Amino acid sequence: MSSPKLLEVRNLRVEFPTRRGTLVAVDDVSLDISAGEVLGVVGESGAGKSMTGAAIIGLLEPPGRIAAGEIRLEGRRIDNLPYHEMRKIRGRQIGAIFQDPLTSLNPLYRVGDQLVETIQTHLPLNQAQARARAVKLLEDVGIPSASERINAYPHQFSGGMRQRVVIALALAAEPKLIIADEPTTALDVSIQAQIIQLLKRLCREHGTAVMLVTHDMGVIAETADRVAVMYAGRIAEIGPVQDVIKRPHHPYTVGLMGAIPAMGHKVERLTQIDGSMPRLNAIPKGCAFNPRCPKAFDKCFRDRPEPMPAGTSQAACWLVQEPAHV
Amino acid sequence: MIAFIIRRLVQAALVMLAVAFIAFAMFNFVGDPVAIMAGQDLPAEQRIELRKSLGLDDPTPVRFARFVGNAVQGKFGLSYRTAEPVGKMIVERLPATLELSVMAMIVALAVGIPMGVFSGLYPQHWLSRAMMTVSLIGISLPTFLIGILLILIFAVMLGWLPSFGRGDVIRIGGWSTGLLSVSGWKAIILPAITLGLFQMTLIMRLVRSEMLEVLRTDYIKFARARGLSNRAVHFGHALKNTLVPVITITGLQLGSIIAFAIITETVFSWPGVGLLFLQSVQAVDIPVMAAYLVAIGLLFVLINLIVDILYFVVDPRLRSQSAKAGAK
Ligand SMILES: Nc1ncnc2c1ncn2[C@@H]1O[C@H](COP(=O)(O)OP(=O)(O)OP(=O)(O)O)[C@@H](O)[C@H]1O
Ligand code: SF4
Ligand SMILES: [Mg+2]
Repeated sequence: MSSPKLLEVRNLRVEFPTRRGTLVAVDDVSLDISAGEVLGVVGESGAGKSMTGAAIIGLLEPPGRIAAGEIRLEGRRIDNLPYHEMRKIRGRQIGAIFQDPLTSLNPLYRVGDQLVETIQTHLPLNQAQARARAVKLLEDVGIPSASERINAYPHQFSGGMRQRVVIALALAAEPKLIIADEPTTALDVSIQAQIIQLLKRLCREHGTAVMLVTHDMGVIAETADRVAVMYAGRIAEIGPVQDVIKRPHHPYTVGLMGAIPAMGHKVERLTQIDGSMPRLNAIPKGCAFNPRCPKAFDKCFRDRPEPMPAGTSQAACWLVQEPAHV
Repeated sequence: MIAFIIRRLVQAALVMLAVAFIAFAMFNFVGDPVAIMAGQDLPAEQRIELRKSLGLDDPTPVRFARFVGNAVQGKFGLSYRTAEPVGKMIVERLPATLELSVMAMIVALAVGIPMGVFSGLYPQHWLSRAMMTVSLIGISLPTFLIGILLILIFAVMLGWLPSFGRGDVIRIGGWSTGLLSVSGWKAIILPAITLGLFQMTLIMRLVRSEMLEVLRTDYIKFARARGLSNRAVHFGHALKNTLVPVITITGLQLGSIIAFAIITETVFSWPGVGLLFLQSVQAVDIPVMAAYLVAIGLLFVLINLIVDILYFVVDPRLRSQSAKAGAK
């Protein structure tokens, strides 16, 4: 491995021990992200997108835990670091943006203080330098008269402006990777595109890689370099975004691509396919998609398909090996 | 902010007027002051004379106005029991009660908040479970029993601390304090713990449940995702957000501590207004009871006013709301 990827996730498994047995929310997921790359992650609600992100940044909420697999950042294993070591990576190496800007900011702290504390946690700057950097960050994310607004409280900003502040906070210590979990879902449709554009531009300028979780295939098509399609805690298909969109190999992806809405249109659920995703305690044997798959054949009910090379992508589907059934 | 304070002051004045009316009503409906003051064998003409000189024959509104006018100046007449000016009696006794109440509140906060934070951060820890169990006992035992138990252990059996009184008192201007002498400090420990124990368990449970709640919020998750230290997340972001309800409860409870000091003061023979009130009830000493009512009412109102203002200091959202409301 001469040039390790920025992030490598290998055979990640996230479990929730519950009274009625163990739920597997993320099952044998492997993916890479290169420096500066945007990886889109799509999938129905409950597919395990957020859990994958939370596992990478080390913020799975107990009782959820990483049961197997490895996560490496620039070749260094980070999934088994003690809490205080992982803390130094959060914000500094891997940043995060969550869904709801209205609740991501502490209502009792000025936005400037939240920025300054984040900057000073990670960078050796004094108060004045950190403040100057905070103003610069707010300007970068497009907050007008940033040097005054820095003293405002979160409730004095609109939703879109608050998400800009959140982006500034995520970028405060120049992380190499940002995990953006549905960063615009909670926002008004009219400003979703602006925020995505802003995120895309800033990350390009700073060379920051992004794992962009979204339900919006239009956003993926315009923003991502590669895309991972998740289904029932597993990766169904992963590959370069144009290939996956134009030449999908997995029947689930084919269904998803049936109707790509234009960017900016809010899509609540990706259900162009009949039926719904199985619950975690009722995932069928073999391929998890087999109850809904129009192409399912005997092997699909017996053996579980691993992601296998299919053109420039990888797809977890037996059809790739046995195209006779197509 | 100013408009808000003025509004609150008007409300406070109305509340005090209502309290004053109740106190005033006590004079009229509980016993006949002339009979109590003069005894049974005073001739009838002299009784009428006395009634006149006390102004008891004037119409009710006039008498109420006079009562309020006097009360504002701290004049509540003479005690039926000791014939001393009532205002002076209350003022002399108030420092003892206030010192005891504030001390009890400090004990409750100083112990209750750290315990609540700890058991909120580590709800599964055996120490947290132990604290929850003990706090149940603290809530369910009556105050006088706790006081008597403490006296039994620390005064009678161990002989470490006195069981009654305030110790040596030093006068500073109109204020008599027990906090400047060793014996005064020794004397305040047991009653302060007795009085504060209930509030302590209350505050601990409140902080714990608020802490558990706040730790689940998105902004705490985001604070962790920014890589802030545990200390900054727990004691900065989380604790500050639990403070608003703690301030409310502290304020409301300080009022009831002062009011409930009656029991503790009786158990420990603490020379405060509570003890005075109890002695006055036994002697049907209406002026003292009325003055006590007004004094406690005033303290309640003042404390609530301070609590409301503190909200503004802690929570910026309220500030802008009132700015908006004021602009309308
Ligand atoms: N505390 C928990 N206990 C048990 N199962 C949980 C818990 N939290 C999440 N899960 C399960 O983990 C699975 C994956 O959830 P995740 O949040 O990753 O989905 P997602 O793909 O992000 O969905 P969405 O699009 O709705 O955000 C879900 O099926 C969910 O039910
Ligand atoms: S493996 Fe079988 S069931 Fe699964 S997607 Fe492919 S064809 Fe459908
Ligand atoms: Mg999610």
